[in-house]
Amino acid sequence: MTEKKRIKNLSLMERIYIPEIAKGMWLTLKTMFKPSVTLQYPEVKFEPTGSYRGRPVLVKDQNEVERCVACGLCARVCPALAIEVQASETELEKERYPQKFEINMLRCIFCGLCEEVCPEEAIVMSKDYELVFSNRDDAIFGKDKLLVPVENLKERLDFLRKFKG
Amino acid sequence: MTLLETIIISLIKIVLIVVLLLLSVAYMVYFERKVSAWIQNRKGPNRVGWFGLLQPFADVFKLLFKEDIVPDKANKTLHTLAPFIALFVAFSTYAVIPIGPPVEILGYKINLVVADVNIGILWVLALTSLGVYGITFAGWSSGSKHSLLGGIRSSAQMISYEVSMGFSIAGVLLLSQSLQPMKIVQAQYGWMWNAVVQPIGFITFVVSAFAETNRLPFDLPEAEPELVGGYHTEYSSFKFAGFFLAEYANMIVASMVIVTLYLGGWQIPYIDKLGLNNNLTVLLQIGAFLLKTAFILFFFLWVRWSIPRFRYDQLMNLGWKVMFPLSLLNIVWVAVLIMIFGL
Repeated sequence: MTEKKRIKNLSLMERIYIPEIAKGMWLTLKTMFKPSVTLQYPEVKFEPTGSYRGRPVLVKDQNEVERCVACGLCARVCPALAIEVQASETELEKERYPQKFEINMLRCIFCGLCEEVCPEEAIVMSKDYELVFSNRDDAIFGKDKLLVPVENLKERLDFLRKFKG
Repeated sequence: MTLLETIIISLIKIVLIVVLLLLSVAYMVYFERKVSAWIQNRKGPNRVGWFGLLQPFADVFKLLFKEDIVPDKANKTLHTLAPFIALFVAFSTYAVIPIGPPVEILGYKINLVVADVNIGILWVLALTSLGVYGITFAGWSSGSKHSLLGGIRSSAQMISYEVSMGFSIAGVLLLSQSLQPMKIVQAQYGWMWNAVVQPIGFITFVVSAFAETNRLPFDLPEAEPELVGGYHTEYSSFKFAGFFLAEYANMIVASMVIVTLYLGGWQIPYIDKLGLNNNLTVLLQIGAFLLKTAFILFFFLWVRWSIPRFRYDQLMNLGWKVMFPLSLLNIVWVAVLIMIFGL
Protein backbone atom coordinates (compact mmCIF):
# COMPACT_ATOMS: atom_id res chain seq x y z
CA MET A 1 0.00 0.00 0.00
CA THR A 2 1.37 3.38 -0.94
CA GLU A 3 1.25 6.03 1.68
CA LYS A 4 -1.04 8.91 0.90
CA LYS A 5 0.74 12.23 0.64
CA ARG A 6 -1.08 14.96 2.48
CA ILE A 7 -1.48 18.41 1.02
CA LYS A 8 -0.07 19.97 4.14
CA ASN A 9 2.08 17.80 6.36
CA LEU A 10 2.17 18.69 10.04
CA SER A 11 5.15 20.59 11.33
CA LEU A 12 7.26 19.20 14.16
CA MET A 13 5.57 21.38 16.78
CA GLU A 14 2.18 20.09 15.65
CA ARG A 15 3.37 16.49 15.57
CA ILE A 16 4.50 16.36 19.18
CA TYR A 17 0.89 17.13 20.13
CA ILE A 18 1.62 18.70 23.51
CA PRO A 19 1.83 22.39 22.46
CA GLU A 20 -1.31 22.08 20.35
CA ILE A 21 -3.13 20.33 23.18
CA ALA A 22 -2.01 23.07 25.59
CA LYS A 23 -3.37 25.66 23.17
CA GLY A 24 -6.74 23.94 23.06
CA MET A 25 -6.86 23.55 26.82
CA TRP A 26 -6.03 27.21 27.30
CA LEU A 27 -8.96 28.12 25.07
CA THR A 28 -11.42 25.98 27.02
CA LEU A 29 -10.05 27.34 30.30
CA LYS A 30 -10.69 30.89 29.10
CA THR A 31 -14.20 29.93 27.99
CA MET A 32 -14.92 28.54 31.42
CA PHE A 33 -14.83 32.02 32.93
CA LYS A 34 -17.04 33.65 30.34
CA PRO A 35 -20.68 34.29 31.28
CA SER A 36 -23.11 31.63 30.10
CA VAL A 37 -25.58 32.34 27.33
CA THR A 38 -28.29 30.10 28.78
CA LEU A 39 -31.77 31.52 29.31
CA GLN A 40 -33.56 29.98 32.29
CA TYR A 41 -36.51 29.09 30.07
CA PRO A 42 -39.78 28.99 31.98
CA GLU A 43 -38.78 32.11 33.95
CA VAL A 44 -36.88 33.98 31.24
CA LYS A 45 -38.25 33.72 27.75
CA PHE A 46 -36.50 34.09 24.43
CA GLU A 47 -37.72 37.26 22.69
CA PRO A 48 -37.42 36.67 18.92
CA THR A 49 -36.83 39.43 16.37
CA GLY A 50 -39.03 40.21 13.38
CA SER A 51 -37.27 37.63 11.25
CA TYR A 52 -38.49 34.77 13.48
CA ARG A 53 -40.96 32.31 11.97
CA GLY A 54 -43.30 31.29 14.78
CA ARG A 55 -46.86 30.04 14.33
CA PRO A 56 -48.71 31.55 11.36
CA VAL A 57 -51.53 33.94 12.27
CA LEU A 58 -54.20 35.95 10.44
CA VAL A 59 -53.87 39.72 10.55
CA LYS A 60 -56.86 41.53 12.07
CA ASP A 61 -57.04 45.14 10.85
CA GLN A 62 -58.03 48.19 12.89
CA ASN A 63 -61.67 47.75 11.81
CA GLU A 64 -61.77 44.40 13.63
CA VAL A 65 -62.03 42.44 10.37
CA GLU A 66 -59.45 40.01 8.99
CA ARG A 67 -57.53 41.06 5.88
CA CYS A 68 -57.95 37.62 4.35
CA VAL A 69 -60.04 37.41 1.18
CA ALA A 70 -60.11 33.61 1.18
CA CYS A 71 -58.36 33.23 -2.16
CA GLY A 72 -56.98 29.88 -0.97
CA LEU A 73 -53.45 30.46 -2.26
CA CYS A 74 -52.01 29.63 1.14
CA ALA A 75 -53.90 26.37 1.29
CA ARG A 76 -52.75 25.58 -2.24
CA VAL A 77 -49.06 26.31 -1.54
CA CYS A 78 -48.86 24.70 1.88
CA PRO A 79 -46.46 21.74 1.46
CA ALA A 80 -47.76 20.04 4.58
CA LEU A 81 -51.46 20.52 3.67
CA ALA A 82 -52.04 22.14 7.03
CA ILE A 83 -54.41 24.94 5.94
CA GLU A 84 -58.09 24.66 5.15
CA VAL A 85 -60.05 27.69 3.88
CA GLN A 86 -63.75 27.99 3.10
CA ALA A 87 -64.75 31.22 1.39
CA SER A 88 -67.99 33.12 1.73
CA GLU A 89 -69.41 36.50 0.59
CA THR A 90 -69.47 39.68 2.61
CA GLU A 91 -71.01 43.15 2.28
CA LEU A 92 -67.60 44.76 2.82
CA GLU A 93 -65.44 46.19 0.05
CA LYS A 94 -63.26 43.04 -0.15
CA GLU A 95 -66.42 41.03 -1.05
CA ARG A 96 -64.99 37.67 0.10
CA TYR A 97 -64.00 36.47 3.55
CA PRO A 98 -63.01 33.12 5.03
CA GLN A 99 -66.03 31.57 6.67
CA LYS A 100 -63.75 28.90 8.05
CA PHE A 101 -59.95 29.17 8.30
CA GLU A 102 -58.15 26.34 10.02
CA ILE A 103 -54.47 25.54 10.44
CA ASN A 104 -53.54 22.16 11.79
CA MET A 105 -50.55 22.97 13.96
CA LEU A 106 -49.52 19.31 14.04
CA ARG A 107 -48.95 19.47 10.29
CA CYS A 108 -47.52 23.00 10.00
CA ILE A 109 -43.79 23.01 9.33
CA PHE A 110 -43.28 26.76 9.81
CA CYS A 111 -41.87 27.18 6.30
CA GLY A 112 -43.56 30.54 5.79
CA LEU A 113 -44.70 29.80 2.22
CA CYS A 114 -48.26 30.84 3.07
CA GLU A 115 -47.01 34.21 4.18
CA GLU A 116 -44.86 34.58 1.08
CA VAL A 117 -47.67 33.74 -1.33
CA CYS A 118 -50.38 35.85 0.33
CA PRO A 119 -51.38 38.80 -1.90
CA GLU A 120 -53.08 40.70 0.94
CA GLU A 121 -50.40 40.34 3.64
CA ALA A 122 -53.14 38.67 5.59
CA ILE A 123 -51.32 35.63 6.94
CA VAL A 124 -47.96 36.22 8.61
CA MET A 125 -45.63 34.30 10.88
CA SER A 126 -45.79 35.48 14.49
CA LYS A 127 -43.26 35.27 17.30
CA ASP A 128 -45.32 32.70 19.15
CA TYR A 129 -43.29 29.51 19.71
CA GLU A 130 -45.00 27.95 22.71
CA LEU A 131 -47.37 25.48 21.08
CA VAL A 132 -48.62 22.81 23.42
CA PHE A 133 -51.75 20.69 23.08
CA SER A 134 -53.07 17.80 25.10
CA ASN A 135 -55.01 16.25 22.21
CA ARG A 136 -55.15 16.32 18.44
CA ASP A 137 -58.38 18.33 18.23
CA ASP A 138 -56.84 21.17 20.19
CA ALA A 139 -54.04 21.34 17.65
CA ILE A 140 -56.39 22.54 14.92
CA PHE A 141 -56.46 26.31 15.29
CA GLY A 142 -59.64 28.01 14.02
CA LYS A 143 -60.24 31.70 13.38
CA ASP A 144 -60.70 32.38 17.08
CA LYS A 145 -57.06 31.50 17.77
CA LEU A 146 -55.60 32.69 14.48
CA LEU A 147 -56.82 36.28 14.43
CA VAL A 148 -54.26 38.66 15.89
CA PRO A 149 -54.57 42.48 15.96
CA VAL A 150 -52.25 44.20 13.47
CA GLU A 151 -50.50 46.21 16.22
CA ASN A 152 -49.04 43.01 17.68
CA LEU A 153 -47.52 42.02 14.34
CA LYS A 154 -45.93 45.33 13.47
CA GLU A 155 -42.35 44.07 13.71
CA ARG A 156 -42.95 41.14 11.34
CA LEU A 157 -44.84 43.33 8.85
CA ASP A 158 -41.99 45.88 8.89
CA PHE A 159 -39.50 43.07 8.36
CA LEU A 160 -41.49 41.71 5.42
CA ARG A 161 -41.74 45.13 3.75
CA LYS A 162 -38.06 45.74 4.21
CA PHE A 163 -36.77 42.44 2.87
CA LYS A 164 -39.51 41.11 0.61
CA GLY A 165 -40.05 44.38 -1.28
CA MET B 1 -3.04 -4.44 68.91
CA THR B 2 -5.22 -7.48 69.29
CA LEU B 3 -6.82 -9.19 66.34
CA LEU B 4 -10.25 -7.85 67.26
CA GLU B 5 -9.00 -4.29 67.38
CA THR B 6 -7.30 -4.66 64.02
CA ILE B 7 -10.50 -6.00 62.48
CA ILE B 8 -12.62 -3.20 63.95
CA ILE B 9 -10.21 -0.51 62.81
CA SER B 10 -10.02 -2.00 59.32
CA LEU B 11 -13.81 -2.19 59.11
CA ILE B 12 -14.13 1.46 60.11
CA LYS B 13 -11.60 2.40 57.44
CA ILE B 14 -13.38 0.33 54.79
CA VAL B 15 -16.80 1.81 55.58
CA LEU B 16 -15.37 5.33 55.58
CA ILE B 17 -13.59 4.80 52.28
CA VAL B 18 -16.61 3.23 50.55
CA VAL B 19 -18.99 5.96 51.73
CA LEU B 20 -16.57 8.73 50.75
CA LEU B 21 -15.95 7.01 47.46
CA LEU B 22 -19.62 6.68 46.55
CA LEU B 23 -20.23 10.32 47.46
CA SER B 24 -17.24 11.53 45.50
CA VAL B 25 -18.30 9.44 42.49
CA ALA B 26 -21.77 10.98 42.64
CA TYR B 27 -20.29 14.46 42.76
CA MET B 28 -17.77 13.64 40.05
CA VAL B 29 -20.74 13.08 37.74
CA TYR B 30 -22.18 16.39 38.87
CA PHE B 31 -18.92 18.22 38.26
CA GLU B 32 -18.44 16.51 34.94
CA ARG B 33 -21.72 18.05 33.83
CA LYS B 34 -20.92 21.40 35.43
CA VAL B 35 -17.46 21.67 33.89
CA SER B 36 -18.74 20.64 30.47
CA ALA B 37 -21.41 23.33 30.82
CA TRP B 38 -18.90 26.01 31.77
CA ILE B 39 -16.65 25.08 28.88
CA GLN B 40 -19.61 25.33 26.50
CA ASN B 41 -20.97 28.61 27.92
CA ARG B 42 -23.92 26.85 29.52
CA LYS B 43 -25.07 26.66 33.12
CA GLY B 44 -25.32 22.91 33.73
CA PRO B 45 -27.69 21.21 36.19
CA ASN B 46 -29.11 23.83 38.55
CA ARG B 47 -32.71 22.79 39.20
CA VAL B 48 -32.59 19.84 41.62
CA GLY B 49 -31.68 21.18 45.02
CA TRP B 50 -29.39 24.08 45.77
CA PHE B 51 -27.32 24.80 42.62
CA GLY B 52 -28.40 21.38 41.37
CA LEU B 53 -26.44 19.65 44.11
CA LEU B 54 -29.05 16.89 44.40
CA GLN B 55 -28.89 16.10 40.68
CA PRO B 56 -26.65 13.00 41.09
CA PHE B 57 -29.20 11.44 43.43
CA ALA B 58 -32.02 12.18 41.03
CA ASP B 59 -29.98 10.48 38.29
CA VAL B 60 -29.32 7.42 40.44
CA PHE B 61 -32.98 7.02 41.41
CA LYS B 62 -34.02 7.39 37.79
CA LEU B 63 -31.61 4.60 36.82
CA LEU B 64 -32.84 2.37 39.64
CA PHE B 65 -36.45 2.61 38.48
CA LYS B 66 -35.62 1.69 34.87
CA GLU B 67 -36.41 -1.74 33.49
CA ASP B 68 -33.45 -4.11 33.51
CA ILE B 69 -33.26 -5.45 29.95
CA VAL B 70 -31.13 -8.46 29.01
CA PRO B 71 -30.95 -9.21 25.27
CA ASP B 72 -32.18 -12.64 24.05
CA LYS B 73 -28.83 -13.47 22.48
CA ALA B 74 -26.88 -12.51 25.60
CA ASN B 75 -24.91 -14.89 27.77
CA LYS B 76 -26.93 -14.18 30.92
CA THR B 77 -24.29 -15.15 33.48
CA LEU B 78 -21.47 -13.10 32.04
CA HIS B 79 -23.82 -10.26 31.19
CA THR B 80 -24.75 -9.99 34.86
CA LEU B 81 -21.23 -10.62 36.10
CA ALA B 82 -19.50 -7.97 33.98
CA PRO B 83 -20.64 -4.79 35.79
CA PHE B 84 -19.78 -6.39 39.11
CA ILE B 85 -16.24 -7.14 37.95
CA ALA B 86 -15.89 -3.52 36.84
CA LEU B 87 -17.20 -2.25 40.19
CA PHE B 88 -15.17 -4.67 42.30
CA VAL B 89 -11.96 -3.69 40.54
CA ALA B 90 -12.66 0.01 40.81
CA PHE B 91 -13.43 -0.13 44.51
CA SER B 92 -10.77 -2.53 45.74
CA THR B 93 -7.92 -0.54 44.21
CA TYR B 94 -8.51 2.13 46.84
CA ALA B 95 -7.38 -0.21 49.55
CA VAL B 96 -3.68 0.50 49.04
CA ILE B 97 -3.68 4.27 48.53
CA PRO B 98 -2.45 6.25 51.55
CA ILE B 99 -4.28 9.53 52.09
CA GLY B 100 -2.06 10.76 54.89
CA PRO B 101 0.92 9.99 57.14
CA PRO B 102 0.53 7.51 60.03
CA VAL B 103 -1.44 9.10 62.88
CA GLU B 104 -2.17 8.31 66.49
CA ILE B 105 -5.87 8.25 67.42
CA LEU B 106 -6.98 7.21 70.95
CA GLY B 107 -3.62 5.62 71.56
CA TYR B 108 -3.68 3.50 68.40
CA LYS B 109 -1.09 4.04 65.72
CA ILE B 110 -3.14 4.09 62.52
CA ASN B 111 -1.99 4.12 58.93
CA LEU B 112 -4.34 6.23 56.83
CA VAL B 113 -4.68 3.43 54.28
CA VAL B 114 -6.93 0.40 54.38
CA ALA B 115 -4.16 -2.11 53.65
CA ASP B 116 -0.56 -0.96 53.93
CA VAL B 117 0.76 -3.95 51.97
CA ASN B 118 4.33 -4.05 50.75
CA ILE B 119 3.30 -4.82 47.15
CA GLY B 120 0.72 -2.04 46.87
CA ILE B 121 1.73 -0.86 43.41
CA LEU B 122 1.66 -4.42 42.10
CA TRP B 123 -1.88 -4.69 43.48
CA VAL B 124 -2.91 -1.54 41.62
CA LEU B 125 -1.41 -2.81 38.36
CA ALA B 126 -2.97 -6.25 38.76
CA LEU B 127 -6.41 -4.90 39.49
CA THR B 128 -6.43 -2.34 36.69
CA SER B 129 -5.54 -5.17 34.31
CA LEU B 130 -8.44 -7.20 35.72
CA GLY B 131 -10.69 -4.26 34.92
CA VAL B 132 -10.37 -5.17 31.24
CA TYR B 133 -12.33 -8.36 31.92
CA GLY B 134 -15.36 -6.41 33.08
CA ILE B 135 -15.48 -4.45 29.86
CA THR B 136 -14.53 -7.32 27.54
CA PHE B 137 -17.10 -9.66 29.13
CA ALA B 138 -19.72 -6.94 28.82
CA GLY B 139 -18.87 -6.52 25.16
CA TRP B 140 -18.78 -10.20 24.32
CA SER B 141 -21.74 -11.41 26.39
CA SER B 142 -24.19 -8.80 25.09
CA GLY B 143 -24.41 -10.58 21.74
CA SER B 144 -24.38 -7.32 19.83
CA LYS B 145 -21.86 -6.14 17.27
CA HIS B 146 -21.47 -2.69 18.80
CA SER B 147 -20.76 -4.11 22.22
CA LEU B 148 -18.34 -6.65 20.81
CA LEU B 149 -16.36 -4.00 18.95
CA GLY B 150 -16.24 -1.90 22.10
CA GLY B 151 -14.99 -4.85 24.12
CA ILE B 152 -12.31 -5.74 21.58
CA ARG B 153 -11.09 -2.16 21.36
CA SER B 154 -10.99 -1.95 25.10
CA SER B 155 -8.85 -5.03 25.54
CA ALA B 156 -6.43 -4.02 22.77
CA GLN B 157 -6.15 -0.49 24.14
CA MET B 158 -5.71 -1.53 27.75
CA ILE B 159 -3.02 -4.07 26.90
CA SER B 160 -1.00 -1.63 24.81
CA TYR B 161 -1.14 1.14 27.37
CA GLU B 162 -0.50 -1.15 30.31
CA VAL B 163 3.01 -1.69 28.93
CA SER B 164 4.00 1.97 28.97
CA MET B 165 2.20 2.40 32.29
CA GLY B 166 4.24 -0.38 33.85
CA PHE B 167 7.50 0.98 32.47
CA SER B 168 6.69 4.48 33.74
CA ILE B 169 6.06 3.05 37.17
CA ALA B 170 9.41 1.22 36.99
CA GLY B 171 11.10 4.62 37.01
CA VAL B 172 9.32 5.52 40.23
CA LEU B 173 10.20 2.18 41.80
CA LEU B 174 13.88 2.65 40.95
CA LEU B 175 13.94 5.83 42.99
CA SER B 176 11.88 4.70 45.97
CA GLN B 177 13.27 1.13 46.00
CA SER B 178 9.93 -0.15 47.29
CA LEU B 179 6.54 -1.26 46.03
CA GLN B 180 4.85 0.08 49.13
CA PRO B 181 2.81 3.24 48.36
CA MET B 182 3.61 4.67 51.81
CA LYS B 183 7.36 4.37 51.16
CA ILE B 184 7.00 5.78 47.65
CA VAL B 185 5.32 8.85 49.10
CA GLN B 186 7.97 9.20 51.79
CA ALA B 187 10.70 8.95 49.13
CA GLN B 188 9.31 12.11 47.50
CA TYR B 189 10.30 14.29 50.41
CA GLY B 190 10.49 18.07 49.81
CA TRP B 191 10.51 18.96 46.12
CA MET B 192 11.75 15.52 45.08
CA TRP B 193 8.36 14.83 43.56
CA ASN B 194 8.60 12.29 40.80
CA ALA B 195 6.81 14.66 38.44
CA VAL B 196 9.75 17.03 38.85
CA VAL B 197 12.49 14.41 38.78
CA GLN B 198 11.14 12.41 35.83
CA PRO B 199 8.78 14.58 33.78
CA ILE B 200 8.78 12.17 30.82
CA GLY B 201 7.62 9.34 33.04
CA PHE B 202 4.93 11.60 34.47
CA ILE B 203 3.57 12.45 31.02
CA THR B 204 3.60 8.85 29.80
CA PHE B 205 1.93 7.70 33.00
CA VAL B 206 -0.79 10.33 32.83
CA VAL B 207 -1.50 9.53 29.18
CA SER B 208 -1.63 5.81 29.95
CA ALA B 209 -3.91 6.51 32.90
CA PHE B 210 -6.29 8.29 30.54
CA ALA B 211 -6.24 5.26 28.25
CA GLU B 212 -6.69 2.84 31.15
CA THR B 213 -9.73 4.65 32.47
CA ASN B 214 -11.27 4.88 28.98
CA ARG B 215 -11.58 8.62 29.19
CA LEU B 216 -11.48 10.95 26.24
CA PRO B 217 -9.33 11.33 24.16
CA PHE B 218 -9.04 7.53 24.47
CA ASP B 219 -12.66 6.53 25.05
CA LEU B 220 -12.77 4.26 22.01
CA PRO B 221 -14.57 1.41 23.82
CA GLU B 222 -17.57 3.72 24.17
CA ALA B 223 -17.12 6.02 21.17
CA GLU B 224 -20.77 7.12 20.98
CA PRO B 225 -20.76 8.30 17.34
CA GLU B 226 -19.45 4.99 16.00
CA LEU B 227 -20.49 2.31 18.48
CA VAL B 228 -23.82 3.56 19.91
CA GLY B 229 -22.73 3.00 23.52
CA GLY B 230 -19.76 0.70 23.01
CA TYR B 231 -19.49 -2.15 25.50
CA HIS B 232 -22.49 -0.96 27.54
CA THR B 233 -24.89 -0.60 24.60
CA GLU B 234 -27.04 -3.49 25.84
CA TYR B 235 -27.03 -2.49 29.50
CA SER B 236 -29.79 -0.68 31.30
CA SER B 237 -30.96 0.13 34.79
CA PHE B 238 -28.67 -0.77 37.65
CA LYS B 239 -26.17 -2.73 35.57
CA PHE B 240 -25.57 0.35 33.48
CA ALA B 241 -25.27 2.38 36.67
CA GLY B 242 -22.60 -0.10 37.72
CA PHE B 243 -20.48 0.66 34.66
CA PHE B 244 -21.11 4.35 35.05
CA LEU B 245 -20.06 4.22 38.68
CA ALA B 246 -17.01 2.12 37.84
CA GLU B 247 -15.86 4.59 35.19
CA TYR B 248 -15.88 7.49 37.63
CA ALA B 249 -14.47 5.41 40.46
CA ASN B 250 -11.64 4.39 38.13
CA MET B 251 -10.99 8.03 37.37
CA ILE B 252 -10.68 8.80 41.06
CA VAL B 253 -8.37 5.81 41.54
CA ALA B 254 -6.24 6.92 38.63
CA SER B 255 -5.96 10.46 40.03
CA MET B 256 -5.05 9.14 43.45
CA VAL B 257 -2.40 6.85 41.95
CA ILE B 258 -0.98 9.74 39.92
CA VAL B 259 -0.82 11.88 43.05
CA THR B 260 0.75 9.09 45.09
CA LEU B 261 3.35 8.13 42.50
CA TYR B 262 4.25 11.47 40.97
CA LEU B 263 2.95 14.44 42.96
CA GLY B 264 4.32 13.55 46.35
CA GLY B 265 1.12 12.01 47.78
CA TRP B 266 0.21 13.80 51.00
CA GLN B 267 3.57 15.62 51.23
CA ILE B 268 3.69 19.38 51.46
CA PRO B 269 7.25 20.61 50.78
CA TYR B 270 9.04 21.93 53.89
CA ILE B 271 5.98 21.79 56.15
CA ASP B 272 8.11 20.28 58.96
CA LYS B 273 10.32 23.40 58.91
CA LEU B 274 7.35 25.56 59.99
CA GLY B 275 7.23 23.96 63.43
CA LEU B 276 3.47 23.39 63.36
CA ASN B 277 1.49 21.28 65.80
CA ASN B 278 1.62 17.60 64.83
CA ASN B 279 -2.16 17.19 64.44
CA LEU B 280 -2.44 20.31 62.33
CA THR B 281 0.34 19.06 60.08
CA VAL B 282 -1.47 15.77 59.52
CA LEU B 283 -4.73 17.56 58.71
CA LEU B 284 -2.96 19.88 56.29
CA GLN B 285 -1.27 16.93 54.63
CA ILE B 286 -4.56 15.05 54.18
CA GLY B 287 -6.00 18.29 52.77
CA ALA B 288 -3.04 18.57 50.40
CA PHE B 289 -3.62 15.02 49.17
CA LEU B 290 -7.31 15.67 48.53
CA LEU B 291 -6.54 18.98 46.82
CA LYS B 292 -3.98 17.40 44.51
CA THR B 293 -6.43 14.61 43.68
CA ALA B 294 -9.16 17.15 43.01
CA PHE B 295 -6.88 19.03 40.66
CA ILE B 296 -6.02 15.90 38.69
CA LEU B 297 -9.72 15.02 38.55
CA PHE B 298 -10.48 18.47 37.21
CA PHE B 299 -7.70 17.92 34.69
CA PHE B 300 -9.45 14.71 33.57
CA LEU B 301 -12.69 16.61 32.99
CA TRP B 302 -10.93 19.55 31.40
CA VAL B 303 -9.16 17.28 28.89
CA ARG B 304 -12.36 15.43 28.10
CA TRP B 305 -14.15 18.59 27.04
CA SER B 306 -11.18 20.04 25.12
CA ILE B 307 -9.68 17.28 23.00
CA PRO B 308 -11.37 15.20 20.30
CA ARG B 309 -11.20 11.40 20.26
CA PHE B 310 -8.23 9.62 18.69
CA ARG B 311 -8.80 7.33 15.73
CA TYR B 312 -8.14 3.68 16.51
CA ASP B 313 -4.93 3.41 14.46
CA GLN B 314 -3.65 6.70 15.89
CA LEU B 315 -4.31 5.34 19.37
CA MET B 316 -2.27 2.20 18.69
CA ASN B 317 0.41 4.26 16.97
CA LEU B 318 0.72 6.53 19.97
CA GLY B 319 0.72 3.66 22.42
CA TRP B 320 3.37 1.48 20.81
CA LYS B 321 5.51 3.90 18.83
CA VAL B 322 5.54 6.94 21.12
CA MET B 323 4.53 6.11 24.68
CA PHE B 324 6.43 2.82 24.87
CA PRO B 325 9.85 4.21 23.73
CA LEU B 326 9.31 7.31 25.89
CA SER B 327 8.71 5.24 29.00
CA LEU B 328 11.86 3.21 28.23
CA LEU B 329 13.76 6.48 27.81
CA ASN B 330 12.45 7.51 31.22
CA ILE B 331 13.91 4.42 32.84
CA VAL B 332 17.30 5.22 31.28
CA TRP B 333 16.99 8.80 32.53
CA VAL B 334 16.22 7.69 36.08
CA ALA B 335 19.05 5.17 35.99
CA VAL B 336 21.47 7.90 34.86
CA LEU B 337 20.24 10.17 37.66
CA ILE B 338 20.85 7.43 40.20
CA MET B 339 24.30 6.68 38.76
CA ILE B 340 25.42 10.33 38.76
CA PHE B 341 23.72 11.86 41.78
CA GLY B 342 23.20 8.68 43.77
CA LEU B 343 19.61 9.67 44.58
